[in-house]
Amino acid sequence: MATYLLRRLFQAALILLGVSLVTFALLYLLPADPARQIAGRTASAAQVANIRTQLGLDQPFFVQYARYLGNLLQGDLGRSYLQRSQVSDLILARLPASLLLMVAAIACELALGLTMGLLAAVRRGRASDHALMVTSFVTVSAPQFVVGLLLLYVFAVRLGWFPIGGYGTFSHLVLPALTLGILGAGWYARMMRSSMVDVLRQDYIRTARAKGLKRWTILLRHAFPNAILPIIAMIGIDIGLFMSGIVVVESVFGWPGIGQLAWQAIQRVDLPIIMGVTLVSAVAIVLGNLLADLLAPFVDPRIKLQ
Amino acid sequence: MTSLLKRTAAALALSAALLSAPSMSMAQDGGGSIVVTYKDDIATLDPAIGYDWQNFSMIKAIFDGLMDYEPGTATLRPGLAESYEISPDGKVFTFRLRDGVKFHNGRAMTADDVKYSFERTVNPATQSPGAGFLGSIEGFDAMQAGTASELSGVKILDPKTVEVTLSRPDATFLSVMALNFSFIVPKEEVEKSGADFGRNPVGTGAFKLSEWTLGQRLVLTKNADYYREGAPKLDEITFEIGQEPVVSLLRVQNGEVDVPGDGIPPAKFREVMDDPAQKARVVEGVQLHTGYITMNTKAAPFDDLKVRQAVNMAINKDRIVQIINGRATPANQPLPPTMPGYVEAYEGYKYDVEGAKKLLAEAGHPDGFETELFVANVDPQPRIAQAIQQDLAAIGIKASIQSLAAANVIAAGGSAEGAPMIWSGGMAWIADFPDPSNFYGPILGCAGAAEGGWNWAKYCNEALDAKAAEADAIVDPAKAAERAAAWGQVYEGVMADAPWAPVFNEKRYTMRSERMGGEDALYIDPVNTPMNYKYVETK
Amino acid sequence: MSVLVGPDAPVLPPSAPVTGEGVVSRLLRRKLAVLGLLVIAAVVLSAAFAPWIAPYDPNEQFFDGLSLEGAPLGPSAQFWLGTDLLGRDLLSRLLYGARNSLIIGVVANGAALIIGTLVGVVAGYFRGIVGTVLMRFTDLMMAFPALLLAICLAAVLRPSLWIVALVIALVNWVQVARVVYSETRSLSEREFIQAEVTLGASRARILFAHVLPHLTSTVIVYGTLGISTTVLLEATLSFLGVGVQPPDASWGNIIFENQTYFQAAPWLVFFPGAAILLLALAFNLVGDALRDVLDPTEEGRG
Repeated sequence: MATYLLRRLFQAALILLGVSLVTFALLYLLPADPARQIAGRTASAAQVANIRTQLGLDQPFFVQYARYLGNLLQGDLGRSYLQRSQVSDLILARLPASLLLMVAAIACELALGLTMGLLAAVRRGRASDHALMVTSFVTVSAPQFVVGLLLLYVFAVRLGWFPIGGYGTFSHLVLPALTLGILGAGWYARMMRSSMVDVLRQDYIRTARAKGLKRWTILLRHAFPNAILPIIAMIGIDIGLFMSGIVVVESVFGWPGIGQLAWQAIQRVDLPIIMGVTLVSAVAIVLGNLLADLLAPFVDPRIKLQ
Repeated sequence: MTSLLKRTAAALALSAALLSAPSMSMAQDGGGSIVVTYKDDIATLDPAIGYDWQNFSMIKAIFDGLMDYEPGTATLRPGLAESYEISPDGKVFTFRLRDGVKFHNGRAMTADDVKYSFERTVNPATQSPGAGFLGSIEGFDAMQAGTASELSGVKILDPKTVEVTLSRPDATFLSVMALNFSFIVPKEEVEKSGADFGRNPVGTGAFKLSEWTLGQRLVLTKNADYYREGAPKLDEITFEIGQEPVVSLLRVQNGEVDVPGDGIPPAKFREVMDDPAQKARVVEGVQLHTGYITMNTKAAPFDDLKVRQAVNMAINKDRIVQIINGRATPANQPLPPTMPGYVEAYEGYKYDVEGAKKLLAEAGHPDGFETELFVANVDPQPRIAQAIQQDLAAIGIKASIQSLAAANVIAAGGSAEGAPMIWSGGMAWIADFPDPSNFYGPILGCAGAAEGGWNWAKYCNEALDAKAAEADAIVDPAKAAERAAAWGQVYEGVMADAPWAPVFNEKRYTMRSERMGGEDALYIDPVNTPMNYKYVETK
Repeated sequence: MSVLVGPDAPVLPPSAPVTGEGVVSRLLRRKLAVLGLLVIAAVVLSAAFAPWIAPYDPNEQFFDGLSLEGAPLGPSAQFWLGTDLLGRDLLSRLLYGARNSLIIGVVANGAALIIGTLVGVVAGYFRGIVGTVLMRFTDLMMAFPALLLAICLAAVLRPSLWIVALVIALVNWVQVARVVYSETRSLSEREFIQAEVTLGASRARILFAHVLPHLTSTVIVYGTLGISTTVLLEATLSFLGVGVQPPDASWGNIIFENQTYFQAAPWLVFFPGAAILLLALAFNLVGDALRDVLDPTEEGRG
């Protein structure tokens, strides 16, 4: 176990190094010139050149990358070109909100999705199964912005049950988590249903049934743990998808998360922020997947960590 | 021009009323607190650096310059300077500083701070996007080049008097003194915070920063020691950051937000304007803005004047104005109508599809040609670009649209090869200060046509550049009309060469909550968006 | 035309020697599956014949397509599904937009499924060094935010529909690979596979006869749900400047352009949304039926 973990952590570090190199190279290729952006519209060519030198942008690619890496190892992600703040400050200020939203949304997705999927699998082929599956399609096909705005309009503006966006208390969290949860639940419901249907056909379930075990005992004790495996792999993936999905929901609900920071940075081509957010989300994704792999043997003991 | 005068008069009357009734503002002890929303982060509150439309006016509330504007107008008045004198040749400005002005940290402001602040902006290490505005001060070039550590043109005569010598006469210099980049900062605080001064701003202004939670909220509180009587009116302004404009408007309608900083989103505009109760809370005004199409005059086919004129005649500006719900007025010249120098009599290029086709044929393109139109990808800009595309198609020009992030469009326009056509919306020139020269230099003058410049048309007419320099050399305030007329001729000359197709001048709509008061002019203040923070009040 | 790729193409690895005979006829005996096929056929046909079916030019901005204040018009006899913010006919735009959306939804998504399944199966079943390398490469790809990849491609390459398809395939195969990998791993530990191994069955036989058929349900779920998410992802990408550029329509970008207007002009969001949903549902009905038909353990029941 310990050696496995060490090996995986080493691999994770390699992956992150790879991500940093590729991202840095991609951003290096972008046509936008940060020195010009900083210098503003009244600047002369000499001023622009001066700023380029100050930022080290006139250095060759590998020198720039090596310097970035060196700073990174000291925890320095550089300063934003346009906000002029430390990128690490900007990210740290927003990271907790995004993590909280992510955890809440995944909990929502799982609660809704697994329940829907389980019910549909049990009632396979009946009207309620079809209804649940159509629902899952509607939620997956719905544009996030519209769903978020609708929930906000109905439950916050009209009914006044929740605040109209913002951050801080549990009631602020409900609607954004629900929006993401509803939209993601469709995926989990479909996965759960198909996985469960497969498991229910296995011999050991038939055996259990033949032994006369209670229906729900079979479902929850024997079938569910086997069916959940693909779901766990999906949670790891979900974390990766979250980074792009969270942008819209954060701005609808005024949630001060990292997605908005990334979106603004992309719009303004603020390279140090794009770089920093990419790295931070890569860390989250890599750790999430590692966690999913570590969890798998607990759920399905037949899997051995290799 | 007329409306500017009228508004100026109204605001003058207003400020007179304020001065004559200080007791009233004293009596109104609790000035109230308001909530303003913005979608995007506030980048920085460093006056030498901040250059977004969000932070530009916030910085004006925290810091002051030697010059200032009458609230709600574009009329200059002395600010931190109590008075000033201009030498007859227009090259030496002597500012007498006001007594009793204190920074938020309690220290009195002196002439040293003025010199320090100017030099800080000009110092290349500050990386100020506005350093060029101070370019007429003597010693600017040496300091930018790093061969001098001081501005030789700024002299401290005594702790209350500063003398600024210019290397050339500059009629806009007083306007520059009211611009953020020349605002006064305390040296010790800048040194203490270093590169983070923009997050810990300390100035002399009407408000001080009392809270800034990154990405969430920012609170400005009243500076009780503010040097100007009767300002600010409000006790506190809270800026809430990070919400969609559509949602912010829902919150306004729900009474949670006082002013939506991003304005009324297009999707909600009809809803608001069709409801008399909401419409009554919308202040409508003009802004110093022109939306235009640039054509790359250095590359075929737009190197041909006839082609550029044909484009000017092909655009159905009324239709475009209709598409944006009438939130603009059609334009026929670079300057907006309220700017001195606007030529009322100029007729421009009339919408004339047949005439445009004829010009194209004369230019050797009887069947039109293919080209590209760049546009920023923020609603409603791509829509406007599509309307332009259809108008161009009507005369045979097939323009494919490149809808990109604004930064990428700007990069394309400034690149050496340039972009064939750019629709300026979303990146457009909104004047830094209300002066006709501000629409010329970087965007139409030869200097801006270089690689990386903002003159996307790559337009360079040296005769006009010379004329512009002459106009700016008219520094005597008494000759303002003459100077405006000279500028008018410059822009008429530009239109004869048609590097742009001016499309419209955007109007401004500021929505406010029921409880907010103060003159309407404060909400369409020409130098502050969305409003003049120092003078608006609650009822 | 590449649009006409059969609906089952992405679902089954081409070489799978499934109980080949009668798949089509058994599929056609299911009413829901036939319904799904009909819907897919209708969408494909209307995309192919849009120039003949569409009442108007999809890009023509009608003078009478907007109110005097510049508001879009709701459904009427003249414009059946209403007009958009530029006064264009929504129905015509949906019909033409179907072309782009089909390419994205079917081709890009299909490519992602094929690549993802191959990688996942190889890594999960054969393991070893190849498997480890493949999965670590998958991890690397997954660690990239999709949006970043998109803007960089947009800046470096000329934006086009095929670039979008490429980006989406590049982004999406990773997820499929990850899920298929973990399921393959779990499958190969199951009793019946282990039994086959002890009975001396060849690895290839086990792979094709047992592992792949068991993966179909997972792959079908991904394939069908992926259609709607990729169509919406295309919209986000075109907003960033990659891909379908205005005035060309796709279902995704129609929604994206108009989403803030969902109160003022709900038809602009509802109709393209319904179109995406319908297409995704149709693929799902076919996919579900296909899974039952191909089911290795039970001869397809109801």
